[in-house]
Amino acid sequence: MQEPDNFEIDRRELLIVGAANVAATATPTIALSQASATATPIVTGAPVISRVSLNVNGAVREIELDARTTLLDALREHLHLTGTKKGCDHGQCGACTVHINGRRVNSCLTLAVMHDGDAITTIEGLGTPDALHRMQAAFVEHDGYQCGYCTSGQIMSAVALLKEPCGPNDADVKELMSGNICRCGAYPNIVAAIQQVRKD
Amino acid sequence: MHTFEFIRPKDPAGAVAAAAQAKTAQQGAEVRFLAGGTTLLDLMKLNVEIPAELIDINRLPLDKIEATPDGGLNIGATVRNTDLAHHHIVQRDYSVLSQAILAGASAQLRNMATTAGNLLQRTRCMYFRDAAMACNKRERGTGCSAITGSNRGLAILGTSEHCIATNPSDMCVAMAALEATIHVQGPKGSRAIPFGEFHLLPGNTPQRETVLEPGDLITHVTLPPPIAGSKQVYLKLRDRASYEFALASAAVVMTIAGSNVTRARIALGGVGTKPWRSSEAEAALVGQPANQATFRKTAEAALRDARPQSENKFKVELAKRCLAHALQMATA
Repeated sequence: MQEPDNFEIDRRELLIVGAANVAATATPTIALSQASATATPIVTGAPVISRVSLNVNGAVREIELDARTTLLDALREHLHLTGTKKGCDHGQCGACTVHINGRRVNSCLTLAVMHDGDAITTIEGLGTPDALHRMQAAFVEHDGYQCGYCTSGQIMSAVALLKEPCGPNDADVKELMSGNICRCGAYPNIVAAIQQVRKD
Repeated sequence: MHTFEFIRPKDPAGAVAAAAQAKTAQQGAEVRFLAGGTTLLDLMKLNVEIPAELIDINRLPLDKIEATPDGGLNIGATVRNTDLAHHHIVQRDYSVLSQAILAGASAQLRNMATTAGNLLQRTRCMYFRDAAMACNKRERGTGCSAITGSNRGLAILGTSEHCIATNPSDMCVAMAALEATIHVQGPKGSRAIPFGEFHLLPGNTPQRETVLEPGDLITHVTLPPPIAGSKQVYLKLRDRASYEFALASAAVVMTIAGSNVTRARIALGGVGTKPWRSSEAEAALVGQPANQATFRKTAEAALRDARPQSENKFKVELAKRCLAHALQMATA
């Protein structure tokens, strides 16, 4: 069993070297400045971390983060709200869908620092296991998922759709839900769940 | 993603001053205005765009839609695509614009994407988006991987030997047909740019996509007064029914008196290196009877200069049928 041990050691060393490289090369120069009319950028050699205040699911959360942090990563990695999923990270799959000030967006394609003071709703803010949101309950009733990875994004999209202009037919729902991809192909059941909530 | 400074100016003048320091406003710009972020942040994650400064314009007062005194419409730079598509004046008087916007992207993306950002939407050419590949648009002088590569979705109109990248916007096709004007505030003052002069053909400089210079901030777009009695159609053909870029699309604004077409504005999407206004098609259509024979001749005129690549010859006929069918729909 020598080889696995060697592999473990090599891997550990690799991780240490990798960490050292990160420490040596990562010199973020981010400055969140309230620029004046002339808007001279703040140039700093030292790392500057931005402070952002987000109202997440009704609670004000102050966090310090690198300005490169997407809203998705802020929710998952800083606030540990892991119900919102990272799929493609490029706005193509919809798994990261959350509400900002009541409107659905792809949280992977927006920076947390752009949303200082904004109200964010995630799947954790919709319902609880004992008191599901009616859309969550409808997804359970209609089996609107298989693996479940896209489900929080699907539900956040579906809840926002209830307040948007949308025709009465299944085709109308499919069109407005096209930004949420389900690899398992639960689409018919997802449409049925949404249509039930719209009719209730 | 590379590091950047994040700047939130107090007013448009502050945004212009901050951006004016850049050497270019085109590919590789060191300073970028950040609006919806749906194109820019995507490309920053791919290391296609590596700005040192991001200027957040989302909180500037550029988010209004207002009627103009002459009966036209003034659309702010940061008006979200969703709000533009559903605005009652747009739906009533400029329905081709509403149709085009709602034919693009997803509901989530339309909630983020802005008017000005959509004007500056970048190509979906896979070689542009992959920093490991040669691409004259992304890195001048490296060559075009698409001409000898996978080019099924790429352009057949307005191409050059250096670039065949398609402009992917739907909104822009409608704005071309509506003869919109783009208003810019820059270091030397404000100016108005007719829509047809805003985007550039790739030629020898595919990295230059628009006439924008460093510090130029798009503040708003104006639409002229609506053409009374005009029929408006946006027809988009694509590989799947929704949430996909166009293989071919057509925007039609047409008036008919009696049996003849009296006025027509036509633009094509998915086939051009820029939003493709077709004066050839308009000339073939105006004054002619509004029937299928005329519409086919109009489509032939629109695609007469098409130069397909190895994988996209089908687009020539597809675009013709798209335009002819859109014209037929406009007579219904």
